[in-house]
Amino acid sequence: MPEKMVEIRWHARGGQGAKTAATLVAAVALEEGKYSQGFPDYGPEREGAPIRGYTRISDTPIYVHSAIYAPDIVVVLDPTLLDSVDVSDGLKEGGMILINSAKAPAELRKQLKIKNAKVYTVDATQISIEEIGRSIPNTPMMGALMKVMPILKLETILADVEKKFKSKGDRIVQGNFRAIRRAFEEVKEG
Amino acid sequence: MAKFESLTGNDAAAHALRQCKPDVAAAYPITPQTELMHKFAEFVANGKVDTEVILVESEHSAMSAAIGSSAAGARTFTATSANGLALMWEVVYIAASNRLPIVMPEVNRALSGPINIHCDHSDSMGCRDSGWIQLFCENGQEAYDTVIQAFRISENPKVLLPTMICFDGFIISHTNEPVAMLKDEAVSQFVGVYKPDRALLDVENPYTFGPLDLPEWYFEHKRQQVEAMRNSFEVIESVGAEFGKLSGRPYGLMDGYRMEDAEVVLVALGSTCGTARVAVDVAREQGVKAGLLKLRAFRPFPIKQLRQALSKAKVVGVFDRSISFGIEGGPLFHEVRSSLYGGKQPVIPFVYGLGGRDIRVEQIAEAFKTLQQVGKSGAMDRDVEFIGLRD
Repeated sequence: MPEKMVEIRWHARGGQGAKTAATLVAAVALEEGKYSQGFPDYGPEREGAPIRGYTRISDTPIYVHSAIYAPDIVVVLDPTLLDSVDVSDGLKEGGMILINSAKAPAELRKQLKIKNAKVYTVDATQISIEEIGRSIPNTPMMGALMKVMPILKLETILADVEKKFKSKGDRIVQGNFRAIRRAFEEVKEG
Repeated sequence: MAKFESLTGNDAAAHALRQCKPDVAAAYPITPQTELMHKFAEFVANGKVDTEVILVESEHSAMSAAIGSSAAGARTFTATSANGLALMWEVVYIAASNRLPIVMPEVNRALSGPINIHCDHSDSMGCRDSGWIQLFCENGQEAYDTVIQAFRISENPKVLLPTMICFDGFIISHTNEPVAMLKDEAVSQFVGVYKPDRALLDVENPYTFGPLDLPEWYFEHKRQQVEAMRNSFEVIESVGAEFGKLSGRPYGLMDGYRMEDAEVVLVALGSTCGTARVAVDVAREQGVKAGLLKLRAFRPFPIKQLRQALSKAKVVGVFDRSISFGIEGGPLFHEVRSSLYGGKQPVIPFVYGLGGRDIRVEQIAEAFKTLQQVGKSGAMDRDVEFIGLRD
């Protein structure tokens, strides 16, 4: 594997936008001159079922076409998954896990028994309800990710989100912008 | 870095099809091909291309409509996967024997049952004797590039055979990867305008397509298909070279990775070749002189070039993503082993990834080690090894 490759694994439930997030972050990386891959784990599409998404970002071309088993970063879009899915499985030492949760990072660190990785939390569900009007945590989680993994620029994410959601109207775009910025500011480390 | 766009394999193929300006498309949706036709239909609806899209009630009808359209003299494509291809079966042969240059992205998916929507090559392999050219792609970029080349290859008067562009379902079709697209005008110029010598609608020069062919001539017509397939080797190579001049990405019948001094060589198809490149590097770090031979053309099967490419290999492993029941190893293994008939190196079968079972770098690196041990043992034969199978 290229040394400078970053591998991100997304955990969510069907319908929460993990596929959009995984591929959008890949597109943003490409725009910033890096190589990237973004793909979901496909099954029969069932809303609410646990799903995974994957993003690879690298300074050199990416050839590998398998899923990600030893992620540098894990992003959990739905805190209810923590009871049923081993989200930190394979997480690299010194890696990070970012969870959509109102709880403090220290509390989740204890719950998930995470030792050699950084733990971050942000209440993306609440943020998305307040700013977008419904529980769609994927865009604020991307904002939080940009804070904890500053290899991509927040402005590029915002521009891509605008492109992606433009057809849904300005209210949706502005709501997403506010949600992304708030999550960027409110993410906590512990 | 070239100007890339982050596209799925399906979207990349749809863009290539748009740029080739087909006259007619006839298709029926099936996962994982569905999004390709969604995207193409969107281009048509938005006026980006003026293809006549025929919505049909089944894949059998899709291929039948494509046959009629191509025989009429129109540049024609369809696209499918797995059970869709199986439903086309009867007319797939007819498209080839009528010498119709239909282009078909075939998004590889397991041919059930039990029902499975994920990638393997059992669908394409069922068509290996149908008379279609079959080109396999490693990633979205190759899917894009190969669709463009396919029209040139198929429509060449020395060939006039349909081409299947095989790319792995989900692994390529649904993965966003960097794809460098050519300008519309460049593609348009490269593929040119399709002017068939023979067409049903050419009333000045009446021709018949697909009539009753009795024992007096049927055999001769099959012999002509053989000749067309033989001619296609050279055409695939020359079109690939010309495409290389245009894009900086030359193509041939196969592609090697670290083959110069390789002693232990793996032959594979499709997206796994990308993962195998990384595995070659890993195996080399572990002291195995590993190499990869990525086969692009499965039909026509390049026996001579394969023999040449593998002449220095001490052991050859073959990775099949499909199975042939009742015989050890899959279809690719049997083609490779028969190509190397009379050679001194052992040729060892592996089957992996059926129904979308993931294949990892470490597993391929492990296969290289196995192959090295086979080489040292002096054995010439080994039962098929199933990679990643649960105990």
